[in-house]
Amino acid sequence: MDSPMEIMMILLVLSDFALLGLSRLRTCISIVSFQGMLLGLLALVSQWGSLTLRLVMIAAASFIIKGFVFPILLRRGIREAGTQQEMEPFVGYIMSIIAGLVMLGVSLWLGNKLPLFALGSGTYLIIPAALTTLFTGLFLIIARKNALNQCLGYIIMENGIYTFGIFSVVEIPLLVELGILLDVFVAVFVMGIAIYHINREFDHLDSDRLNVLKG
Amino acid sequence: MQISSFLNILLGLLFAPLFLGIINKTKASFAGRTGQPLLQSYYDIIKQLQKGAVYSKTTSWIFRAGPVVGLSAILVALVIVPLGGIAAPLAFSGDLLLLAYILGTMRFFTVIAALDTGSSFEGMGASREVLFSALAEPAFLIGLAAIARETGVLSLSQMLPAAHFFSPEVVLVVIALLVVFLCENARIPFDDPNTHLELTMIHEVMVLDHSGPDFALILYSSALKLWVLGLVIVGMVFPSSADYFWPVPVFMALCGLILLAVIVGVIESTMARLRLLRIPQLLVAAGSLSAFAFILVLR
Repeated sequence: MDSPMEIMMILLVLSDFALLGLSRLRTCISIVSFQGMLLGLLALVSQWGSLTLRLVMIAAASFIIKGFVFPILLRRGIREAGTQQEMEPFVGYIMSIIAGLVMLGVSLWLGNKLPLFALGSGTYLIIPAALTTLFTGLFLIIARKNALNQCLGYIIMENGIYTFGIFSVVEIPLLVELGILLDVFVAVFVMGIAIYHINREFDHLDSDRLNVLKG
Repeated sequence: MQISSFLNILLGLLFAPLFLGIINKTKASFAGRTGQPLLQSYYDIIKQLQKGAVYSKTTSWIFRAGPVVGLSAILVALVIVPLGGIAAPLAFSGDLLLLAYILGTMRFFTVIAALDTGSSFEGMGASREVLFSALAEPAFLIGLAAIARETGVLSLSQMLPAAHFFSPEVVLVVIALLVVFLCENARIPFDDPNTHLELTMIHEVMVLDHSGPDFALILYSSALKLWVLGLVIVGMVFPSSADYFWPVPVFMALCGLILLAVIVGVIESTMARLRLLRIPQLLVAAGSLSAFAFILVLR
């Protein structure tokens, strides 16, 4: 129970809950950055006995890109947009936290249903935590109006996939792994530009107003 | 039943108001003040006891019964909560549910005594108190259920000392219970015990019309409530088996309570009170921590 991986998984789920319940964008970005660093460490801890250069590189890339580069980009987005807070999300914060609990329950059920591969002892939480993170990301994309929060949701979703990937397929080719990271990086970059343009066009970041543009 | 288990009651009755003093001293030293004397709560209670009570003509016996029922309810709670490793005098299997409902009874009588005055101001406070306690109760019960499941016993006296603080579930439950502790005792960030003139206050507004001995009973029972709920948290953080000679766990528990009082003082000094709208959010978050802990022990 007390294995470091279990504690990391619990921290991962807790950070998901925090993201669902908090409204301040700056705090949310810090939590996403924490999640990125956590996952970077997780890649190392999970294969502690057999570290390869490839693994260390992936972990380091994830640690630096998700822990430092994304937050810097996103913080600049906030500064330029001048928004501090999500004002009126589609789903309220209390309901979001409750939805988080439901998602955790569903993930546990799914985790039991999906005996994809033999995991060692003390790792029972990994698949549920990965799925919860994935669902949290999707939920944030749907439930929040602010374009920046939706971008965060995208990163969180990728975190979930990454967690799932570390444990399910240890031998992902390096190129594929780096390709995914690069994709996310470019996506966040593009979203940063999109956020900038939404902000210039509308003076705020509510993406649901984009509907007005329909011809 | 051991003689030492009566220490629970004796120490609780004697020292409960002292912890309010420790909280206030901590806050004062944070603010760079000398602060009120450590024994100020005792002086307040004695002063109130010497005064006469004033009753409004619109109130009925319910208003007079409120403080008495409140005090007797919390005295029952005192008898079922263990002090450190020492079993409570009336410990039985399932007493954690009784504890939750005793606290509920106490709150119910405070609330209907407040409603009995017919003041809209007190009715507002009563409504808030009921709303927040409705959200705090699941956090409390699910948290205790997680501990019960982990330790496999249903009595507070056995399960609190048996919980190992260094497992993640217990840490989650302790954090959730700390939030419940602050909410139930009307401390910052939920309610400011010092305000009497604000429209956002919750607990204090309900007892505004009580005076003299009645108010003394309310002050004393809220001090006891702080003590009882504090013991629930301290019992989990300082697990001490009953094998030791009895002064050791008692001393540990008292140190734990003092530490808790200092922590509460630090929280109150460093945090502002939350906006009223944010309070349910924090309570739901505490509830979800409890639920998460419960899910973790369910496997």
